[in-house]
Amino acid sequence: MTKGFKPKVATANHLIEGDVIYFTSEGWSRRIETAAVARTAEDAEALIEQAGQCPQETAGASLIDVDLSTGIPRPVHFREVFRTRGPSNYFHGKQADHV
Amino acid sequence: MESKLIMYEYTDFDEAFLRDRITEFRSQIARRLDGSLTEEEFKPLRLMNGLYLQLHAYMLRVAIPYGTLNSRQMRQLAEIAERFDKGYGHFTTRQNIQFNWPKLSDVPDILTALADVGMHAIQTSGNCIRNVTADHFAGAAADEVEDPRITAEIIRQWSTDHPEFTYLPRKFKVAVTASDTDRAVIRFHDIGLRLRRQDGEIGYEVVIGGGLGRTPMIGKVVREFLPKRDLLAYLEAILRTYNLSGRRDNKFKARIKILVHETGLEDLRTRIEANFVQQKRLLPDLDPVKLAQIEAGFRPPAFADKPVTRTLSPAMRAFADINTAPHKRADHVIVTVSTKAVGSTPGDVTSAQMRVLADIALRYSHDELRISHEQNVVLPHVHRADLPAVYDALRDAGLATANVGLVSDIIACPGMDYCALATARSIPVAQDIARAFADIDAQRDIGPLKIKISGCINACGHHHVGHIGILGLEKSGVESYQITLGGDGTEAAEIGSRAGPGFAHDEIVPAIERLIVAYLDHRLDRSETFLETYRRLGAAPMKAALYGGAHDKAA
Amino acid sequence: MSTVVDKTGFVPDLWQDSPLHTYEELGDASALLLTADMDPELIGPHLEQLSLIVIPFGSSTDGRGFSLARTLREMGFSGHLRARGHILVDQARAAYRCGFDDIEIEDPQAARNPEAQWRSVSQRFDYRNDLLAG
Ligand code: HEM
Ligand code: SF4
Repeated sequence: MTKGFKPKVATANHLIEGDVIYFTSEGWSRRIETAAVARTAEDAEALIEQAGQCPQETAGASLIDVDLSTGIPRPVHFREVFRTRGPSNYFHGKQADHV
Repeated sequence: MESKLIMYEYTDFDEAFLRDRITEFRSQIARRLDGSLTEEEFKPLRLMNGLYLQLHAYMLRVAIPYGTLNSRQMRQLAEIAERFDKGYGHFTTRQNIQFNWPKLSDVPDILTALADVGMHAIQTSGNCIRNVTADHFAGAAADEVEDPRITAEIIRQWSTDHPEFTYLPRKFKVAVTASDTDRAVIRFHDIGLRLRRQDGEIGYEVVIGGGLGRTPMIGKVVREFLPKRDLLAYLEAILRTYNLSGRRDNKFKARIKILVHETGLEDLRTRIEANFVQQKRLLPDLDPVKLAQIEAGFRPPAFADKPVTRTLSPAMRAFADINTAPHKRADHVIVTVSTKAVGSTPGDVTSAQMRVLADIALRYSHDELRISHEQNVVLPHVHRADLPAVYDALRDAGLATANVGLVSDIIACPGMDYCALATARSIPVAQDIARAFADIDAQRDIGPLKIKISGCINACGHHHVGHIGILGLEKSGVESYQITLGGDGTEAAEIGSRAGPGFAHDEIVPAIERLIVAYLDHRLDRSETFLETYRRLGAAPMKAALYGGAHDKAA
Repeated sequence: MSTVVDKTGFVPDLWQDSPLHTYEELGDASALLLTADMDPELIGPHLEQLSLIVIPFGSSTDGRGFSLARTLREMGFSGHLRARGHILVDQARAAYRCGFDDIEIEDPQAARNPEAQWRSVSQRFDYRNDLLAG
């Protein structure tokens, strides 16, 4: 791992559904757990480039920082944590899809 | 049952126009899907059709011009919420309704369903002239010069697909009122119009350059009195000047308020007036037939004359005291239905509730509903004799919360629960404050108080004009909430001032509680409102309550 | 290379032999390239000599060209008015209504937005004019 580099995953919203998706080694997925992790700056560049390959599937991809201490990627920023769950006022979005 | 439709009905022209636009958008979506439009090119087009991408899904923003709906339209919104969304809609501070979960591929069908009842999502986004808002008591308020919706409807038609003003430097918002009591926040719009009478003639006071966002500004009067017939020529002059001279190098400086600020009102007025002279010469008057048609659409309904029986139960009386306002006719009232029951999301209404509101409107309010910028629903024409029946129907639907204008009648933007631009959540803060002050008698004791919450500096939740404003920010990786005090969105316009350092998510509600205790301790008596106490004493006692410190002398 | 579009579709460029001049070096030439940041009032004294004015659109979000076009028409310019640059299909209606005769786009855009798309731009509704008498 490059020194000082925070591991990253690529995320986007699905072009048709609009929901949150993550880029994996096999294309896009709805679960962050399966996301492909970039551990160096070069990896990250390659990842976002690859994620951008299929613009007909997504509306704008971007990289986010993840924490790997539990073995699976977890977002660092609270905004991205919310994106893995859904809104706090209703049990809607990803949190409801998982049950 | 009242069957005569008095609301302005969209014409065949509107209907065909909407169908055309839907076909156009359907083809734009198809072109996005087949790759002939890039996301970058598609984005402004979908925004032009009111379709945003938020955190968890798309969001469709539907215009409710000047906040007016009839029962058919409200029922259709209920239907759309059920069929294409999750069974609810969110009424916003801009008299729009937002659906939080549509799919891109369903949007043309949703738009078709809207067009079936004369509604649309056009110009609810993008750098164009947005949905025109008006006093939500229009046509019913005891104190108005004439129905401001006539003006708003003229502006709606004029601005729809305006060839020259659809790619402005930035969005452009117009609000209209016809009362001295400003319920439409006109001093915080790009253009605010106030109908007034001068020497027997009706015309407009024209205010420009107001706005909230990161640089809040109070609008300035550019014209004291504009004769009615000159309205469009003057609007074209303002918009032309802005389109050519507004800043395009920095989107944070692109609103007309910055042009007014940087150019100076006098200079800008000279340019606008010069252009106006030219426009006045070139622009024909409004087509008299069209104008008559529009005016006829806003004629008052056939109010019933019937006796008022006086038996209001205590609960009903409490509701009537808080949630009704004087009507033009002494035997009628304006009923405001609060969407802010304890624990609910400000502005959210379920499909079932929408249907109840539609039924009540049809039966008891001459088929009219209004959406207020305070995210409540208004029944503008209720006969006093019908008040008990209206109250019962509202109560059964969980819509009889008697808190209008009180501490729990909070405005909150979607914040980080939905909005992609947010820096913090706002809805849970609103919910927690409402829970902390759940006791309605305590709320009545606290009296009129406007708390407004935004989830970022864009200020969609109007925090700058809240008596207590709350702005959600991010600080060191967590949510942090900044309090502003003394804001006022009415004719006595005031931008709130920052109280001091922000509070963490779990500290903000106790902070608000301390503020309110301080107010109760310091007010002269029950008749002095929070805002009045603040204005009399200044920020010191409030800051002391928030942050402690030497000057704290609260009893 | 570029393609010229008008209400009828892709059309031959009848003005390709008219070299454009900026305002500064206009002299007594008849074809002007008017940049979006120019004050149209400056053009007033030269309107008589001009038969072509081209207004470039730097980006599809920059709508100054629409106001410039209308201003020129209001000043009495009756020559040929052309929009050039990044103009979306969906802006064509606005362009014609503001007084442009045609639109010149780059060939790659013409490839992505084929003629049929430009021809299907609806011209049917005009709210603003419909509101006005006469
Ligand atoms: C996807 C959701 C939204 C986005 C992306 C959004 C975006 C923005 C932005 C960028 C501004 C700042 C404009 C500026 O200062 O130039 C703004 C202002 C504003 N928005 Fe929103 N907004 C959203 C939702 C809402 C909602 C839900 C409401 C109503 C509850 C609303 C009402 C307003 C108002 C009243 C202002 C301030 C007035 C002004 O100066 O324009 N917005 N919005
Ligand atoms: S204020 Fe910010 S967070 Fe709230 S809706 Fe507006 S842009 Fe989103």
